[in-house]
Amino acid sequence: MNNFSLTQVDSAEEAVKTARLSTENNRYIAGGTNLIDLMKYRVENPDHLLDINRLNFSEISSLPDNGLRLGATVTNADTAYHQEVQKNYPLLAKAILSGASTQLRNMATDGGNLMQRTRCYYFYDTATPCNKREPGSGCSALEGFNRIHAILGASEKCIATHPSDMCVALAALDATVQVTGESGSRSIPILEFHRLPGDHPEKDTNLEPGELITAIDLPEKGFSQHFEYLKVRDRPSYAFALVSVAAALEIDGSTIKDIRVSLGGVAHKPWRLPEVEQQFIDQQATPQTFEAFAEKLIAGAKGYGDNDFKIKLAKKSIVRALLTALEK
Amino acid sequence: MKVLNNITGVATTRVDGRKKVTGTAPYTAEFNPANLVHGYIVNSTISTGTITKIDTTKALDVAGVREVFTHENAPLSVKINADYSDPMAPPGSPFRPLYNDQILYNGQPIAMVVADTFETARYAAGLIEVAYNTSGKSTTNIKDNLDRAFTDDDLPDPPKPRGNAKKAYQESEIKIEAAYLQPREYHNPMEPFATVAQWDADEERFLIYDKIQGVASSQGYIAGIFNMEKEKVRVLSEFVGGGFGSGLRPQYQLFFAAMAAKVLNLPVKVVMTRKQMFSFGHRPACFQEFKLSTDKNGKLTSIQHKAYGETSQFEKYTETIVDWSGLMYACENVELNYKLVPLDVYTPNDMRAPGGTTGMYGLECAMDELAVKAGIDPLELRLINYAEKDQNEGKPFSSKELKACYSRAAEKFGWKNRKAEPRSHKEGHTLIGYGMATGVWEALQQKASAKAIFTAEGHLTVSAATADIGTGTYTVMAQIAAETVGLPLEHVTFKLGDSTLPKSPIEGGSWTVSSVGSAVKMVCVSLREKIYARAQETHPELFAESMIEDARFEKGELSIRDGRAVSFMEILNADERKSIETSVNSEPAENRDNYSCYTHSCVMVEVHVDEDLGMIRVPRVVNAIAGGKIINPKTAESQILGGVTWGIGMAIEEEGMMDDREGRIMNANLAEYHMPINADVQEIDVIFVEEKDEIVNPLGAKGLGEIGMVGTAAAIANAVYNATGKRIRELPITLDKLL
Amino acid sequence: MEYKNYPETHEIELQLNGTSQKLTISPWTTLLDALREYFQLTGTKKGCDHGQCGACTVLVDGKAINSCLSLAMMQQGKKITTVEGLAQGENLHPVQQAFIEHDAFQCGYCTPGQICSTVGLLNMKKGNTPEEIRDLMSGNICRCGAYANIFKAVEEMVQKEVSGTP
Repeated sequence: MNNFSLTQVDSAEEAVKTARLSTENNRYIAGGTNLIDLMKYRVENPDHLLDINRLNFSEISSLPDNGLRLGATVTNADTAYHQEVQKNYPLLAKAILSGASTQLRNMATDGGNLMQRTRCYYFYDTATPCNKREPGSGCSALEGFNRIHAILGASEKCIATHPSDMCVALAALDATVQVTGESGSRSIPILEFHRLPGDHPEKDTNLEPGELITAIDLPEKGFSQHFEYLKVRDRPSYAFALVSVAAALEIDGSTIKDIRVSLGGVAHKPWRLPEVEQQFIDQQATPQTFEAFAEKLIAGAKGYGDNDFKIKLAKKSIVRALLTALEK
Repeated sequence: MKVLNNITGVATTRVDGRKKVTGTAPYTAEFNPANLVHGYIVNSTISTGTITKIDTTKALDVAGVREVFTHENAPLSVKINADYSDPMAPPGSPFRPLYNDQILYNGQPIAMVVADTFETARYAAGLIEVAYNTSGKSTTNIKDNLDRAFTDDDLPDPPKPRGNAKKAYQESEIKIEAAYLQPREYHNPMEPFATVAQWDADEERFLIYDKIQGVASSQGYIAGIFNMEKEKVRVLSEFVGGGFGSGLRPQYQLFFAAMAAKVLNLPVKVVMTRKQMFSFGHRPACFQEFKLSTDKNGKLTSIQHKAYGETSQFEKYTETIVDWSGLMYACENVELNYKLVPLDVYTPNDMRAPGGTTGMYGLECAMDELAVKAGIDPLELRLINYAEKDQNEGKPFSSKELKACYSRAAEKFGWKNRKAEPRSHKEGHTLIGYGMATGVWEALQQKASAKAIFTAEGHLTVSAATADIGTGTYTVMAQIAAETVGLPLEHVTFKLGDSTLPKSPIEGGSWTVSSVGSAVKMVCVSLREKIYARAQETHPELFAESMIEDARFEKGELSIRDGRAVSFMEILNADERKSIETSVNSEPAENRDNYSCYTHSCVMVEVHVDEDLGMIRVPRVVNAIAGGKIINPKTAESQILGGVTWGIGMAIEEEGMMDDREGRIMNANLAEYHMPINADVQEIDVIFVEEKDEIVNPLGAKGLGEIGMVGTAAAIANAVYNATGKRIRELPITLDKLL
Repeated sequence: MEYKNYPETHEIELQLNGTSQKLTISPWTTLLDALREYFQLTGTKKGCDHGQCGACTVLVDGKAINSCLSLAMMQQGKKITTVEGLAQGENLHPVQQAFIEHDAFQCGYCTPGQICSTVGLLNMKKGNTPEEIRDLMSGNICRCGAYANIFKAVEEMVQKEVSGTP
């Protein structure tokens, strides 16, 4: 672990100011579950940590438009077990509870969950080249172990995936991320929060340097009737997704009035295509429709060897999740 | 002489349980002598080549850093005349840390920072800069290197061929040919390897706390390296947080801690990181080929079994993999072959049921394939070919209640409800499959010694330099001692994990109860005789005329036939001699050689496989064991539950992923090296069948540490076939292989 | 990467098992290392040091967390309970007793973490189905494979509605 200093900040303004004043080698820390892990492996080597736990971001509150605001430092566990979340956003609750372990969920925060970094073996091992960790060094996964890697939206620079479960549900729910930075506060739609790797896999998100997540807003529509979070993994608990599906449906009789599907474990960000969803509105909710939907959602998927199976697995998982959601 | 105390054979909670649940049982890294400094080891990032430069300047510049050890400044004394072998070392030249600039495998320890705090040492370790000249020729894949397989005089010969297996195979109409591949597995006991070493410069002695499965192993290793008398090296290891074979040989942190303690003349603690727990011995990758044939009645006509195991470039590690195929089933035509493939990895090490779980995985899957081919129920096929004697050795079994295992397991499991046709049992999206396998493990006994001290306060302390790696040694030995002497369990303490105690074999091979237990029983019989002899002197009115054969030892009293009794304490306190002490050396009885001694089992499992997604669950396992006398049904059951859980891991989860480009393990952590978790384990029924064995050892107990695992992976693989119709011949059976 | 020679130190105060304890440490000391190396509270175990095994589980304000991923400096003002703080004098916590009775451990190294997780689970009033118990207890790896018995111990505690705290 690097030698670093740590200060506790009392306001977002102070945090942003301090972060701006220093080099980009500063990090905010809340739950710390991923950051401390990475620091011990020397993947992250910050000079300075800003503890943001004292900031007033630890509440879950109602929004004027009947949505729900999740403070950035609310823990994943408190979110998943929150009455409103359980009632109106069970998809989110299920996604969170399928991730990590009890202990980690008790520590990890909602803001931190968005900032999780990939589980790519090579990213984690400083002895190997990795463009995400060390831009320009190369991607070891392309011709190495890539069983857990991306089949969608990858680049020749990086085929890593985003490991979160929570974010997959947030993507399906059209959440908005509230951030504050030196040039003020702004809202980032969840689908624009994470990036595809392109030529800059070192950048996981579209946050500006020093920007701080303050909250995640959920719109009113929570799909509490027809939803499913399906996580396909190598172990029935405490394992990252090979493929996960957050599926939400609004059904009238047997007609699809709204459909949302987002995928985890297949891309550098939660994979969702609203334009595809639009094409299926007013179609009949049948296995055939869902299969056609799955084909379109993963159109262009590409395997890199070990992860070829994910293409078939993703299709089957999408159909299964949608059928389960429908049957609810 | 009668013993009426029913202490063995009764489910007994662990005598060390309270310490373990309160966190007061001290494991190695928890000893913190005054002036303790901390070592943090740095490992190589290439697999073969040389270190061209190792720059420690920045590390040495950190406040609190005492020293950085590399091959450039390691003391000459550990290079000249140093013997790095340990009692369990296979043939070859043991790895010597910091010996020179050569890199023999990726992850090799190449330096250690010693600092005042753990955090400082860890930080400074990250500042060491290493330059290598890599050979660029890393060879770590067993399957790609079968052409380099060899056998030589250092390898034990597999049993000689019998009959003509090739000819019989050719002439048979019902036959199968199958090959199975399994990856490297890593022990990963929850407690990382750790050493706290103290050097006494005046007395030139070491006091070492080490994580090890037998203190003699560490003691011998250190004495050899530092050219010392063994008596000058005291090793303590009272609580061991799991071993599973990884602690049979000393690991490199022991060398580093001892070397640094001596050079710096300070107590040094070195604890491995979890990543480093993947940088030494492991279960070797293995490739096995089978050819089996039967006649139309299911009678085996031939068995051919060839196995390739990996080893390092510097030692020849072997396992017993193919012998089981000549042992398990009656067959006149058998040919067994075993070869090693040397790779650029650390030498493999025994890992729970070494060889047995590997060979029996292959054999029992092959038998399942043969059963399908022959159209015979897999259980029936085993019964048709039941071996009444050990055909490898031509000896009878000391006992073999395997048939009872088969029938008890089948009954409990409901084997008769199995649908032979694959994919024919389905509920919703779940394909349900049943599978079974036979398990077997050697019932070994080693030489062991024990000492007993019975004090005038009425407390008995029995000791031996064995270990309790979670197996229940403390409890079981106390039970044997209490019952033999006739004392309540609370009046008995068993001491272990100290090299000054009577010699004992390393805890492994499922032989501790058999070996140390026999010594404990023997020393307590000796103690009983001494108590009786003392009583004849102190209480002649009672015992002068009586015979020990008529005496009873129970509840802390010695009584004679007419019912008159005197307490042990009265006897001991009758004169100034007070306490009684006795020691024994025990060894296997001679007539044991005339028999083959094995533990057997039948394991049956139900698997659920998602028809679309391939995810496998194991909702139900029944494992029936014939393991001789069960000393403590409670801890015995735990051993089997653990073994079955390991079998689940082997079958569907565990895989060390080596990137062969640079021979580097890429999932050296517990997030990506999947071991079973709570949610993996559902219903496991353990059945101990009645088995009397008066030959195996004086206790009649066979040992249970490994048997629970043997056969489990095969039973799961066979159940997966029954569920899905897919025969996956490469472990672990992950969902991608089923899609 | 610039290296720095002298880590900064801070005096911190932790509420450990009901008593307030002071300590001067650097930011890089985790709660786990603080407990084991500075306070000699070695009941809490280091298994992986990366939040992947649960051996280091302690209770913070009644909730189970991985102490290896938490910086000690960041735990000031919170109520920290380790396995050493569960028994009342000679009387074991019911969860500890249940673990002994069910032989819910073998080597014992993961046991303090398993027990703290169980107490945390009881505090959450969860574990109402076997699946939920197994899932919520899956953050604690037991390499000995005592899961079947751990499950029984936890299930008994849930069924008896044993109170978790402290």
